[in-house]
Formats: sequence, structure tokens, C-alpha cells
Amino acid sequence: MIWQIEMVILIIVIILAVGALAVKDLLGAAILFGAYSFMMCLLWAIMGAVDVAFTEASVGAGVSTVLFVAAVFRTSRRTED
Amino acid sequence: MKIGGLILVVILGSVLIYGSLEFPTWGDPASPASRHVSLYYIEKSVEDTSVPNLVTAVLADYRGYDTMFETIVIFAAGIGCIFLLRIFRKEETETRLYRHIATGITLRIKKGVKFPEASAAFERIDSVWVPHDFIVKTTCRLIVPFIQIFGLYVIAHGHHSPGGGFQGGVILGAAMILYAVAFNLRSAIRRMNERFTVVLSTIGVFIYAGTGVLCVLLGFNYLDYSALARVFGVDPVMARSHGILIVEIGVGIAVMAVMVTLYYNLASAGKHDEGL
Amino acid sequence: MDAFFNVLISRANYWVYIVLMMIGLYGIIAKKNLVKKILGMNILQTAVILFYISIGAKKNATIPIIEHGHDAAHTAVTATLYINPLPHVLMLTAIVVAVATLGVALTLVIKIHQQYHTLEENEILDKARE
Repeated sequence: MIWQIEMVILIIVIILAVGALAVKDLLGAAILFGAYSFMMCLLWAIMGAVDVAFTEASVGAGVSTVLFVAAVFRTSRRTED
Repeated sequence: MKIGGLILVVILGSVLIYGSLEFPTWGDPASPASRHVSLYYIEKSVEDTSVPNLVTAVLADYRGYDTMFETIVIFAAGIGCIFLLRIFRKEETETRLYRHIATGITLRIKKGVKFPEASAAFERIDSVWVPHDFIVKTTCRLIVPFIQIFGLYVIAHGHHSPGGGFQGGVILGAAMILYAVAFNLRSAIRRMNERFTVVLSTIGVFIYAGTGVLCVLLGFNYLDYSALARVFGVDPVMARSHGILIVEIGVGIAVMAVMVTLYYNLASAGKHDEGL
Repeated sequence: MDAFFNVLISRANYWVYIVLMMIGLYGIIAKKNLVKKILGMNILQTAVILFYISIGAKKNATIPIIEHGHDAAHTAVTATLYINPLPHVLMLTAIVVAVATLGVALTLVIKIHQQYHTLEENEILDKARE
């Protein structure tokens, strides 16, 4: 497809991945991971993998984020690392 | 630890980048991955199985063994979560909180004291309680049936459009999780309790494995769906299409039950009394 | 210099995928918090899946659903018009395994927190040694 869109989404994906590992609030890291998952789904839809994009949208940006938030809710939310 | 990790990652990354110089260019139709077997799949799928969606045909028919073991993996994850986390003894070790609906006074009932579970004047609340939110509850009650219909559509229409068993199962599970988040966990467990989810996940795995055993009993190979031609009364090509639909339904049921089980156990840390 | 530039443009996207994989691997090795380690594992998994999907792409080809489904049983299908479906199939299984592993990993995190009341790796090791 249009390679400019793909380059912009790739840069956003790398920024989100670094951000999810660097923030000190675990709930914010879970939400950033949900956004990263959704950007990956867009990348795969651009490359023509519609089945994989559908699966990643429902699993990554849906169930996986909810499981992370539930686990963070039951344990602690801050981290110094 | 961080410096060592950084050095290791940089070395490994540069080795991989050096290896990537040998790759074929992006989008080359003559690359080694696009010859041999996948040529056969693209050209002969529709006349072998009459399923236009190539990914579903390859996933459920040509590579059916892998999908069966993938279903067993996700079933094992659900069972493992139950065994690791679930607390079965119903001892009243904590205080429970009840709220008088008319005046808003909260009662804290200590352990060992009896209190009627379902009474008209008091409701049981979680330790993190928010007031009744009309918009969220009404929207959830309106939307959940449509989400479930869409999930069933995705499972049944996997032959012609992107979708299939796994995606539809996750969407069905997400509808139940939405109900549990908008209301509270206890009302969701009342609608779909733990025993029901476990039984559903085993039924899903048995549908998949049982179709294969049925094909063996009819005299063909394991998971060779053309054996079902005599059962359905159609020619072998359409029998393979119907066989794909049956195993997709099995995968969808198993995945829905496991997603709901994972949410119940993770949101309540095994106790199933209060959730997110 | 020209040849280097050619190589850079034609291989640049593979390098971005490798950078993403290395970010995930760094998260697993170097972070002390258990939930950050699990996040790194998931980033590594999705980056590997992205790499495999990029192998199956073809220029000027469409999605792997045969058009005019049942009529196509009587006409020949040209293979260069459709994207290679085999990496998609393998990566669907990989996504399912990733979410199953995530469920069990988060279960273990909750159990560890119930026992040690902390999620940092060095504090857990100190408490376990005494």
C-alpha cells in the first residue's frame, strides 16, 4: 500500500513499545500495550493478512488488555523500575 | 544487569541484521516461501474443499492436526489457571460489606456472623464500590446481545470472509467479560457459573477430536473429512466444507469458555466473590 | 555509497522488525518488575509474528480469499494474484499460544504477589533467601 502510512505506523509502534516498557505506572503500561497491539493489527491489515489482523484486534486490543488490567488491579500498581 | 542486557541485545541485533542482508526483497513472488506447498494450496483449495477463504481451509483441513493441538493448548491454559489460583474452601475469613439501599449506610459484617444473602433492603457491595451508573449498565444491556450475534456470525461465515472459529470464540467471550465489568462479577457468575464454563471447554475439545475419531470409525484416516460424505449425503468436496464448519464450532466453544474462565480467576484472584 | 543506499532501502523494514524484537528481549532480560517482563515477552512474540507475515507479502497481490468463490472451482486460479496464506495460518496458532501463555503467566504473578507482597525481582530473591 502507500508506503508513507506504513512508515508512520512503524515509527508509532516502536515509540509505543519503548513507552510501555519505560513508564513507572503499571496501569499506563497495560494501556500502552493495548494501543501497541492495535497498531500491529493495522500493520498486518496493510500487508494483506486480514485473518491475522482480525485475531490480533480481538485478542490483543480486547482480552489481553483486560487480563493485564485485572492482574494489575489485584497486585500493586507502582513500580520503581 | 541493564548494561549487560544492553550489550547482549546490541550484539544479537547486529548479528540478525547481518543475516537479513541475504533475504529476498520484500514482496517478491519468486521468493522461496511462496513456491512449493503454498502454490498447491492457492490453486487447488477451492476445487478440493469448496471453501474460498484460503486461511480457514488450510487451518482446519490441510493442517487440522496443528489446530487440534492448539485447541488443547488453550484448554490446558484454562485448566492450569483454575488449578493454580482457585480457592475452593468457603471460609468467611474476611468481612463482607452490605449497603442499605434506601439510606446509603454501609454495614461491615465481621466473620462468622450470619446475614441473609438476598434481601430487598440490603445489597452486597465490593470493597471498591462506585454508585449505580445508569449509562454504562443500560448500554451494556443493549449491546451484549448484538455482540453475541456478531460472534456467531463470525464463526459461521468463516468460509467466505475473514474470521473463523477462534475469532468468533474470543468475541463471544468478550461479550461475557463486558457484562461482568459493567455489572459486578457475582451477577455474571450467576449467569454462567464455573462448572458450566469448564464443561463447555471440554465439549469444544471433544467436538474437534470426536470428528476425527468419527472419520476413523467410518474407515478413512484421522481428520479426513471426506469420510463424512456418507453421513451427510453429499459429495466428498462439500463434506470437507461441512467438516471444517463443525471443527470451527468446536474451537469457538472451547475458546469462549477459556476466555471467561481466565477473566473470572484473574479478576477475583481465585475467590470468585468480587471483581474489577 | 550508492550500493549501500540501495541495500538500506530494500532491507530497511526487516531492520525495523529486528529492532522491535530486540526491544522485547531487552524488556525480558533487564527489567526487574515481573509485569514488565511479561510485557517484554508479548512484545517479542508480536514482533516475531510481524516478521513472518512480512515474508508472505507479494507485490500487486490481493488478500487470500478467492473471489467469486464457488464459480472459481471451474476456472483456473493464478497463484501470483493471491498472497501466500501459509504464514498467516502458522501465525494464527502463534497468537493463540501467546494469549494462553499470557493467562498462565499473569496467574503466576498474582500467586507470587500473594506470597511475597512485592513484584520486584530483587526483593523477591532477598525474601526467598532468608
